[in-house]
Amino acid sequence: MAKRIGVEVSIAIAEAVKLAKAEVIPAYPITPQTHIVEHLSEVVANGELDAEFIPVESEHAAMSACCGSSAAGARTFTSSSSQGLSLMSEVLYIPPAMRLPIVNVVANRAMSAPISIWNDHQDIMVQRDIGWIQTFAENGQEAVDLTLHAFRVAEDRRVSLPIIVNIDGFTLSHVIEPIELPDQEDVDAYIPPFKPKYKLDPRKPITMGPVGIPEVYTEAKMLQDQVIKNSKKVILKAWKEFAEQFGREYNPVETYRTEDAEIMLVTMGSISETAMTAVDKMRDAGKSVGLVRIRLWRPFPGPEFRKAAGKAKVLAVIDRTLPPGALCGPVGAELRSLFYKIPGSPKIFSFVAGLGGRDVTVARFEEIVEKATGYAKKRPKELYEVIGVREK
Amino acid sequence: MAVNDAIVGWKTITWGCHVLEPGNSAEFRTGDWRSQRPVVDKEKCIKCGMCWIFCPDMAYSQDDEGYYEADMEYCKGCGICAHECPKDAITMVAEEG
Repeated sequence: MAKRIGVEVSIAIAEAVKLAKAEVIPAYPITPQTHIVEHLSEVVANGELDAEFIPVESEHAAMSACCGSSAAGARTFTSSSSQGLSLMSEVLYIPPAMRLPIVNVVANRAMSAPISIWNDHQDIMVQRDIGWIQTFAENGQEAVDLTLHAFRVAEDRRVSLPIIVNIDGFTLSHVIEPIELPDQEDVDAYIPPFKPKYKLDPRKPITMGPVGIPEVYTEAKMLQDQVIKNSKKVILKAWKEFAEQFGREYNPVETYRTEDAEIMLVTMGSISETAMTAVDKMRDAGKSVGLVRIRLWRPFPGPEFRKAAGKAKVLAVIDRTLPPGALCGPVGAELRSLFYKIPGSPKIFSFVAGLGGRDVTVARFEEIVEKATGYAKKRPKELYEVIGVREK
Repeated sequence: MAVNDAIVGWKTITWGCHVLEPGNSAEFRTGDWRSQRPVVDKEKCIKCGMCWIFCPDMAYSQDDEGYYEADMEYCKGCGICAHECPKDAITMVAEEG
């Protein structure tokens, strides 16, 4: 029987990768991802996991080695964060186009400058369009479960795409939580051996990553878009089977006390737990507030989100990045597109909070709800507002 | 309707855009954007093979008499052979049309 133990979330993720029997792990350490790859290098060195751990010279090399090992047919894992993820960026576009099912856990962290090792979502939002499936974990257990789910979905031949599991740096990565690590036999049953449709094999040579001339490129990109959109069916089925196997249920969009809620907060990642506490407090005070949390960011679960939040009068969307010069944050923009000109759809107000490790407290969520309530009566001048910013 | 210059459909393109047949790059004609071609003057040529050595596309080969000639399927018209020829036996001539 799987036991529930107190364990640091990074270590638990590494244990999940071990349970998933990753075969090649090219990785470069960066705060706050370090403990994940550190622990993996230990379990490989101890002989607990039969894998190649490649201590590469940079994140660019890490992702390049990931492409090579995945193309050769090995189950491949890496992990990164912030500046490191950006250093991978040039290579990150390649595995989805080449259908290489790499799993990458990203411990989300702010981007320089000023230098910040602390948590927000800017690192992943600048990589929004790389073509990877992307999920966001709320807590340690979910980080473990989404990692297992990622291997299962990525390697499914109908998908065969890489997946990024986002975990909030420090808030999740460095916190000790009670986590249930599943038994090996259950994980083996959930994640079958990796059998790629095509692999690099000298006995049967093929070319991966050829030039796409103008007469081919558009068609290649169109297919890539269709493949990630169609992956949603497999993602959902794998979550359903996860619930059957391990007893924990996951959906692309989660709701909390949204029954008849007039105002709904929209969050991604670990701040959602604080948001639930805030919702409870506001509900106790008689306010009609609920929470919608996006777990699956790419492919974006449009119908599921509309079903979860479509009846709200107001959506208060929280972005954990401030894209300079943009009309609003990426989550706000996505939801405005989703509801554009749909009759009776909620009014959407965008808020930027929790940059570079700034806490988003219960009081901040109350402030956001209060402001959104006011904006519903009198439209604000800007499409977003930065919360908790000091002027002088 | 506008002419579609695609040579493959998104529903028929290979998985991951892989090339599944090995060695087929030899079938791909790559010399069709050349703006000038090398012409060898056999009176001046001493069959030294400098053009063959320097050609970056390995387009040159030797004929039965030992002279060197570039394969116009692959020659890009870069002019390196003409520049390197110690006897100035190679002239670059503009492609017409």
